Amino acid sequence: MSPLGAAIRAAARDPRGRAGLGFLGLLLLLALLAPAVLPDPAAQPDPLGASNLAPSLLHPFGTDPLSRDLLSRVVTGARVSLGVALLAVALSITLGALVGVAAGYLGGAVDTALMRLVDGALAIPRLFLLLLVLAVWERVPVLTLVVFIGATGWFGTSRLVRAEVLRIREESFIRAAEALGAPRRRIIFRHLLPNALGPLLVAATLGVGDVILVEAGLSFLGLGVQPPTPSWGGMILDAKSVLVTAPWNAIFPGLAILGTVLSANLVGDALRDAVDPGSA
Amino acid sequence: MTHVLEVKDLRISFPVEGAGRMYPVDGVSFSLDRGETLALVGESGSGKSLTSLALLRLVPPPGRIEAGSTITLGDTDVLGLQGEALRRIRGKRIGMIFQDPMTSLNPVLTVGDQISEGVRAHLPVSRREARDRALHLLQEVGIPDPVSRLDAYPHQLSGGMRQRVMIAIALSAEPEILVADEPTTALDVTVQAQILEVLDRLRASHGMAVLLITHDLGIVAGRADRVAVMYAGQIVEEARTPALFAHPSHPYTQGLFASVPRLHGPVGRLRPIRGNVPPPSAWPSGCRFRPRCPQAFDKSETMPPLLPLDPEHRMRCWLAETDRS
Amino acid sequence: MGLWLARRAVQAIITFVLALTLLFVLMRLAPGDPVQRLEGERPMSPQEIARLRQRFGVDQPIGRQYQLFLGGVARGDLGTSIEYNRPVTTLLRERLPATILLGGTVILVNFTLGIWLGVRQARRRGSGEDRLLTAVSLAGHAMPSFWLALILAWLVGVRLRWLPSAGLSDPLLGADAPLLARAMDVAAHLVLPALTLILVTLAGTMRFQRGAMLEVLRLPYIVTARAKGVPEMRVTWRHAWRNAVFPMVTLLALWLPLLVTGSVFVEAVFAWPGLGSLAAAAAGNRDYPLLMGVAILAGGLLVGSSMVADLAYAALDPRVRLA
Repeated sequence: MSPLGAAIRAAARDPRGRAGLGFLGLLLLLALLAPAVLPDPAAQPDPLGASNLAPSLLHPFGTDPLSRDLLSRVVTGARVSLGVALLAVALSITLGALVGVAAGYLGGAVDTALMRLVDGALAIPRLFLLLLVLAVWERVPVLTLVVFIGATGWFGTSRLVRAEVLRIREESFIRAAEALGAPRRRIIFRHLLPNALGPLLVAATLGVGDVILVEAGLSFLGLGVQPPTPSWGGMILDAKSVLVTAPWNAIFPGLAILGTVLSANLVGDALRDAVDPGSA
Repeated sequence: MTHVLEVKDLRISFPVEGAGRMYPVDGVSFSLDRGETLALVGESGSGKSLTSLALLRLVPPPGRIEAGSTITLGDTDVLGLQGEALRRIRGKRIGMIFQDPMTSLNPVLTVGDQISEGVRAHLPVSRREARDRALHLLQEVGIPDPVSRLDAYPHQLSGGMRQRVMIAIALSAEPEILVADEPTTALDVTVQAQILEVLDRLRASHGMAVLLITHDLGIVAGRADRVAVMYAGQIVEEARTPALFAHPSHPYTQGLFASVPRLHGPVGRLRPIRGNVPPPSAWPSGCRFRPRCPQAFDKSETMPPLLPLDPEHRMRCWLAETDRS
Repeated sequence: MGLWLARRAVQAIITFVLALTLLFVLMRLAPGDPVQRLEGERPMSPQEIARLRQRFGVDQPIGRQYQLFLGGVARGDLGTSIEYNRPVTTLLRERLPATILLGGTVILVNFTLGIWLGVRQARRRGSGEDRLLTAVSLAGHAMPSFWLALILAWLVGVRLRWLPSAGLSDPLLGADAPLLARAMDVAAHLVLPALTLILVTLAGTMRFQRGAMLEVLRLPYIVTARAKGVPEMRVTWRHAWRNAVFPMVTLLALWLPLLVTGSVFVEAVFAWPGLGSLAAAAAGNRDYPLLMGVAILAGGLLVGSSMVADLAYAALDPRVRLA
């Protein structure tokens, strides 16, 4: 079994990994089954009479100001938030890995130039980069949002991958491949990358939590996912005006964020301990 | 007569993942008298370093000293000490020198500070007095230009100097016993001799008892009064040094002597001991040297106790019962 | 040392300029130009449009625009806010004190309480206390700050009415009220936003310090210190922590920009008149010169504080200082 496979197994045995994966699995399941099991999140069976109802058996999370069932809204929001997070992280990881490998393996001027650029980009807090971009582009579709978030999240990863590459390329099996005349591309993809996967996976998992928080924040400011697409941050924004009378509108989406990010972080921690046992 | 240090049946255990505990130190007993030097010889994995750490109750968790062990300093029961009382014997009654002076000295504190600290931990002296004493100790261990060295940081000194500093630290509170855990292993050969010379000189002038832990038989000759050879967590042979060198009796000891290349005599092949040192999680049953022993026989399947060969010469081997091998 | 300082300063400037370039590129990448966007927001006369075009320099070639931009930053001119129609620099300066107050409090608590708790956790590793603190800090770290802010504002501010939950001070408290009363008033307003930020950030600080301590406590020179008979407290602080503090210095450098740019969400929810709420409003108003200004400030601070951190490292670590 590859070292990465072993690390994943170890993380799954870790109680933190178990808890995190359990919650995420449950959430994923709910999100996928939602249309079949829960009432339509956009449905307003009784537009005037059913707004802001407290949690009850019929509506376990209560209803929102527009009389929609909050539980189904939260679960549907999961699809959006998780989707955005996973896609954005996938983008960040890919970009970060490419740049990191290029810098680490090619070295020299390429390395210096790339890392200087990364330093410059890292100087601006990610949130401000996104606020700026979103202020300029205005209401963006979800996919564009994913690209923006992903494109602002690869800088740290590239440094990480570069460090791994620098470490690995000194190992003899790389030298052996080079001596055999293997083409660069092969060395990079067949030999270097697979060995850097461990830390990458950890970064990816922890990155999911970060992105969920970032996207929720942006949606809370009205800049992220736009209505009518449900998102947790957007729900909390809507809840602001009725916070005093109907607090559940804010509480449950917030708890959903908390639970998801916590789970992602727990899995990430378990993975990190599995990949690099020295850092308990 | 009360020994200055007496260890009886010392057992140290560590947890094994999923399967109980293992015993890297498994029933070690020895004693030390005033002014005496005892050498504890063994390879890595024999348990000798753990034994020395146990004397100061510094066994790293999750390891622990098992009940039934006894460590007595004069008439103080070390294992029964708690808190402040325990702290007071560390450095004051037993001083310890560690193997690697680069990692055993704090990189952000000056040499002088680290020595003075040892003094002030036990003696009610002022900063000034402690610093003077540190200076004096640096002189004693033979560091040139000690005044400027007091304010130096460990990374500014050579390996040999750092080890001298370690010795100064160990002596700072004037202990009765000095434990030297592989004091020369991390040093260049030329420096080794110098350090050993410093140790000899200080031992004589301070009248300390010394527990010298090493894997190098060479530094034992002419330096230790008695030798105890450790293997797989146990003492397998102990004798006065001349006797051990003249008549190594345990097959392991014989193997150790035989594997040392000699400068004189006929040139032949090196004769290592075949096999490998077993890990503490998998001690062989019966005599632990049995799998590697050229003289193993049926009785070896039972664990031998330490049997006498001569007064003051014992070995853990059934062959003692037959004749002197 | 002087040479190192000079080299490091040059490095910092290059990084800053690269950050500025990135911001410039982001701005210009957008479809259309700034004035076009403004046109969409409100009706303007052709003269106004021409004036704005000139002011924003959008009638110039891109290279020239870049030059003007860099020159402006070097001079301290960060443009004019679209929404407020005032120089960005002035706006930033006005909002600075409130953010320094909030950010400073949060950093202070984090780097005292956080450090102390982190060290404590490391010493009591695996204990009930360690596990509890880890659990609490993990939860805090996973919480969206704006959500916690809302909950606290609602619970403590509105329902229980224990503390004010909006603004910096009571508008009814006259400017001629005694200094102590005014200070207490501001302090009361500070509690909730500070508490929110502390809860969310303490997690990271504690964990970081805990991790650094655990690494150091494993090292041989800690055994040496104990073997000398050094009391345990001294071993923890003088021997272990003196070495485990280095990563915290780096962390502090990364945090210093927080001191000035505040937390966008928390300030927005509590209507705390600092740079964070300014940025939030600017984002809402599409006032991108103002956003740029805040971003540039943040970038400059981060680059500067990184350099200071390196200096501090050199001062604290004799291995670097006396190489």
